[in-house]
Amino acid sequence: MQYIAPTTSAAAVAALAACNGDARLLAGGTDILVRLQADLVEPDLLVDIKHIVACQHITEDASGFIIGAAVPSAQLGEHARLSQVWPGIVEGMGLVGSTQVQGRATLTGNLCNASPAADGVPAMVAAGATACVVGPNGTRQLAVEDIPTGPGQISLANNEMIESFSLPPRPPRSSDAYIRFIPRTEMDIAVVGAAVNLTLDETGTCIAACVVLGAVGPTFITVNAAAEALIGSQVDEAALQAVQNACSTAATPISDKRGTAEFRKHTAGVIARRAAIVAHSRALA
Amino acid sequence: MSAQTKQFKVIGQRLQRPDGIDKVTGRARYGADIDAAGMLHGKILRSPHAHARILSIDTSAAEQLNGVMAVITRADFPTPHKGFEDVQDNCMAGDRVLYDGHAVAAVAATSKHIAKQAIKLIKVQYQVLPHVTDVEQAIQPDAPVVHSGLVSRRVPKGFSENVVRYSSFGHGDIETGFKAADAVLERTYKTEATHQGYIEPHACMASMGLDNRADMWVCTQGHFWIRNMCAGVMAMESASLRVTASEIGGGFGGKTTVFIEPVVLALAKKSGRAVKMVMTREEVLRATGPTVSTMMHVKVGMNKAGRITATYAKLFYQAGAYKQATVDFGAMPAFAPYALENVKTEGLDVITNRPRTASYRAPGAPPACFAAESAIDELCQELGLDPMEVRLINAAKGGTKSSYGPTFEDHGLIQCLEAAKAHPHWQAPLEINQGRGLAAGFWFNFGGETCVSVFLNNDGSVTVTEGNPDIGGSRASISMMVAEELGIPYEQVRTTVTDTGSLGPNEPTHGSRVTFAVGLAAIKSARAIIDEIRARLARMWEVDVTDVVWQDGAAHYTGNKAGTFEPLDLRQVADIANNLGGPIAGHHEANAEGAGVSFGVHIADTEVDPETGFTSVKRYTVIQDAGKAIQPDYVEGQLQGGAVQGIGWALNEEYVYGEDGCLQNTGFLDYRIPVASDLPMIDTVIVEVPNPGHPFGVRGVGETPIVPPLAAIANAVSRACGKRQVDLPMSPPKVLASMQKA
Ligand SMILES: Cc1cc2nc3c(=O)[nH]c(=O)nc-3n(C[C@H](O)[C@H](O)[C@H](O)COP(=O)(O)OP(=O)(O)OC[C@H]3O[C@@H](n4cnc5c(N)ncnc54)[C@H](O)[C@@H]3O)c2cc1C
Repeated sequence: MQYIAPTTSAAAVAALAACNGDARLLAGGTDILVRLQADLVEPDLLVDIKHIVACQHITEDASGFIIGAAVPSAQLGEHARLSQVWPGIVEGMGLVGSTQVQGRATLTGNLCNASPAADGVPAMVAAGATACVVGPNGTRQLAVEDIPTGPGQISLANNEMIESFSLPPRPPRSSDAYIRFIPRTEMDIAVVGAAVNLTLDETGTCIAACVVLGAVGPTFITVNAAAEALIGSQVDEAALQAVQNACSTAATPISDKRGTAEFRKHTAGVIARRAAIVAHSRALA
Repeated sequence: MSAQTKQFKVIGQRLQRPDGIDKVTGRARYGADIDAAGMLHGKILRSPHAHARILSIDTSAAEQLNGVMAVITRADFPTPHKGFEDVQDNCMAGDRVLYDGHAVAAVAATSKHIAKQAIKLIKVQYQVLPHVTDVEQAIQPDAPVVHSGLVSRRVPKGFSENVVRYSSFGHGDIETGFKAADAVLERTYKTEATHQGYIEPHACMASMGLDNRADMWVCTQGHFWIRNMCAGVMAMESASLRVTASEIGGGFGGKTTVFIEPVVLALAKKSGRAVKMVMTREEVLRATGPTVSTMMHVKVGMNKAGRITATYAKLFYQAGAYKQATVDFGAMPAFAPYALENVKTEGLDVITNRPRTASYRAPGAPPACFAAESAIDELCQELGLDPMEVRLINAAKGGTKSSYGPTFEDHGLIQCLEAAKAHPHWQAPLEINQGRGLAAGFWFNFGGETCVSVFLNNDGSVTVTEGNPDIGGSRASISMMVAEELGIPYEQVRTTVTDTGSLGPNEPTHGSRVTFAVGLAAIKSARAIIDEIRARLARMWEVDVTDVVWQDGAAHYTGNKAGTFEPLDLRQVADIANNLGGPIAGHHEANAEGAGVSFGVHIADTEVDPETGFTSVKRYTVIQDAGKAIQPDYVEGQLQGGAVQGIGWALNEEYVYGEDGCLQNTGFLDYRIPVASDLPMIDTVIVEVPNPGHPFGVRGVGETPIVPPLAAIANAVSRACGKRQVDLPMSPPKVLASMQKA
């Protein structure tokens, strides 16, 4: 196995293209190195993106935030502006592993590992984030929601890489939240996850919303009925109950070692409702 | 002087642990840290099936791989010594694999990577057989049979051949007792298998000479047993195998037996090289010994005054693929905290296609205690009685005939209950969705085979050599007891755990025995030194030995020529020892008798989320009789650790098997031991009712603390959510489902 650490996305993509065997990208390594240890992957080439300058920073301008693909969770949490504007995205990644893991783990890896239970993904989808994808033929923008296609499956080609993510500009009275259910309090994998992103008008009426579930289907699930219940409401009890019902209905979990399907459907509603309450109180603050 | 009135100088102080600095700086050597020149790396191929016949094993491709120095299967093992057949079969399968993860073949290669590759080149043809992993299914008459012909005579009819042993205990007439009750409760309880969850995986390194003499370094709780078992499995003389124990990152009973060690020896023998093997976490979970899973029928009668009139329990313990006696250690202590006129318990040992169970802290007792204490708690609710008062009314005392036969000597159960009742925790207010659980628990404790030597060094410092790996701080406690006895500072003593070539046999660090039994032997060794010094000084002073006494760390002449001889302290004695006949040492070899029983009482507060069934533990207090706490920090650590493991067992830990009989949660992600943030600070109260069987009053404390928590948490959750919990673990889906049931 060969390991390289190029300094430009172009060089990284060229190396991917030139490799005859199995080539993999390495961001924080907290998924891929674990899989390597467990003999689940045996790559011929590992391309580390942490030395690529375009992957390393968080920037903000009039068109929103750009988050480099190699930015670890710890850095998201330390970014005061990002934490204020997109608390749900930051708290989703903030749940990943432990302090040590967060020094490495990235949104990119979380998305591209394509675990149904990925904690960073629902809030990114709810935010309407897009990825800047670099390939042999140049750069394209791809909605984050179009990237995971199934457990462990993504829509990128083998010779493409994510360089960064863009988050759209934020209207006033907007916020988001992510909550997961685990049987313990940390160091666990989501049994259910729910992200809510919403915007209120001056009167407190919800004018935009997106509700996304994690861990209750092969990929995240966007629950339009829940968003519709919020939009036009004051995020009152009736709307919250409708969110809960819609999310329980929309969830398509399986029964496994992490919980029965019945439990997960029920809890998806409970957790989504709680996320909506948090996002709402943040938008009001 | 009795232990109660004795004034101690060293004992009871919170002195620095001798292994602490080494452990936090990385100097301590654990199992995986031991290397040898030219060492090979071993790896085991494991069965992917729960139950299958091995039709053929083709190792030729693995043997041809560059860097592979030995490949072994069962054919490379000799006929074992009598009594070690099961141990050998568990270490390396014969013509059948009996569980997912059962070892089938092993390789030794020049690198870990090559060893891994070689494993993949071994071709095994299996004929898959029907399997059973669940205890309730395994006892059905038509269940797939794990081993035929093992059923012992006393086993009642009507079960499959998987029910292999039967035992019963008790006295009085339970039918009469139940008739005298105002309320009788009958319930079936279940618990799942849990793993000890030690952080350090099994690791072992061994080499063998051409003369078949071998040396082994291993992470274990008991290297003498490892030696005996390896010798049995490899048909060797014990003396030809010298075993040294490494530092140990946890064992809890799971490291008192062999899994990889005989395999490493066989690889070392075949390759002629030193071989090292370190298990992965997945291997630890699939192929080492967890504890039992259980199904338990319990019936308890109580009158309106809170007196228990009769108790009955029928316990089915699933013990893995081989016969075990764990169920006896559930049936005996189930109702031990109570003075009962009518008590009967029955134990049935059930084999299944699961890994061979190993000991886990008070092996067998926690599930039985969960069932018994749950039933008593529910009766208290039914009759409107205070659970603390009911336990005080029924508590066993010194002189009580125990539920398992013998009559108790003095012990501290009543004192523990009184301390619990007086503790602020018991009266603290509860909030909405919260409940408080109470449970009492018992463990026998044990003494056993023990050998210790104590040496007076030339400079007057003292070396203690003992044969029990230090898991709970025993080196400190033993040094403290020797220092106390000799009247010297703690710092003047160093206790070392030696290899099997340096002492006679020692049972492992199990049965809560080390501070009691090794401590006792060390004290007696120190006394032998004192007596030797007195005899020599009497000769030198030409006085009667009875006039030479050892007091405050020095020999004093107390006869009628008083004032003639200056007292001599240990360093002064050491200085002249050579002129008085040479080195001075004391040693003691015995089966330590008189291990005092230990009772504990736990109080747990839990809060249950009514929408998700999630339980959080809000407050937890352990009260336990330690006899005498030699080093209170270590005693508290045992109480806290036991409580935490019990909380894990109660709430989220479980072996999850698929339809295919394979273990589904083979890592700490899905095998959920509690993490620090799941727990409140575990409060402790040490009660000291001295054990008459130990000079300082010591009782073992390591096992009792895991006995009550399953019940304490279940009682707390049941009271918090209003639904009686009878099925462990109380994971959120189960608790929620119970709450949603009408
Ligand atoms: C102890 C521990 C606890 C964990 N807890 C959680 C948790 O609570 N919640 C959770 O969701 N996850 C958890 N994880 C999983 C993991 O930490 C996260 O998924 C993390 O976000 C992965 O990011 P990474 O940068 O480390 O990914 P990597 O391991 O570097 O990569 C993951 C995948 O993404 C691909 N990839 C990397 N960079 C790129 C790129 N630029 N473009 C395209 N593909 C790329 C890789 O090839 C690989 O397939 C845990 C992991 C560990 C070890």
